[in-house]
Amino acid sequence: MKIREIARLLDAEVLCCKDHLDNEVYSACGSDMMSDVLAYVKDQAVLITGLTNPQVIRTAEMMDMVCIVFVRSKRPTEEMLRLAQEHGIVVMATPKRMYEACGTLYAAGLYRSED
Amino acid sequence: MSEALHFHFNVDGENFTSAGEASVQVKKKLRQLGMPPETIRCVSIAMYEGEINMVIHAGGGNADVYVNEDEIVIVLEDHGPGIPNVELAMQEGYSTAPETIRSLGFGAGMGLPNMKRYTDDMKIDTVIGTGTTITMKVYVK
Repeated sequence: MKIREIARLLDAEVLCCKDHLDNEVYSACGSDMMSDVLAYVKDQAVLITGLTNPQVIRTAEMMDMVCIVFVRSKRPTEEMLRLAQEHGIVVMATPKRMYEACGTLYAAGLYRSED
Repeated sequence: MSEALHFHFNVDGENFTSAGEASVQVKKKLRQLGMPPETIRCVSIAMYEGEINMVIHAGGGNADVYVNEDEIVIVLEDHGPGIPNVELAMQEGYSTAPETIRSLGFGAGMGLPNMKRYTDDMKIDTVIGTGTTITMKVYVK
């Protein structure tokens, strides 16, 4: 799925790195605990979260994630957007809640089946 | 690369916002050196967890990374309170982090177990009231 499609499905506003919207992603992870993201994520390219602090961006960068979706209309700070820009991570904000955002993307085919 | 490349960082213990900056730098440098992606991933996640730990529990410290041809060694040294029970601290889900840290998305008790998971070798030297030194090795595959 293209990142552009994620933004469309979630009625999300893209806040940085619009030039990467045509990149393809294949799986996602939803969590407010960065500890869990660091422990369990493998090859998930999209992080869906309601947590807004710079560690969210750093965690995504450590895990080689390419897109962060903030749910419940949470807005990242300028500092966070600057960090994301530096690492080429697309950031968007959706009014949807975590459960609905994850469900919407999953139903649209954003998952990688366990081989 | 016959001699180890050495990177040194001072981890600021006062500022949770900047925690992880050293790991981001290391990741960048390892990429420039052309290290394998999986090696870079293991080193940067383990170091990031360690950095966060130093800021949460020990008021910061020093991080040293030695890049050899066949292995990368990360040494994290702090002068914090020490770890009273290492075995307990290594259990997934065990945490002494305050609630404020949990609200920032950390302190789930995954830090040390994660550091062990992503490295090939990990040694913890800790003295109560003096500090902790963690040495981690990741082999270059």
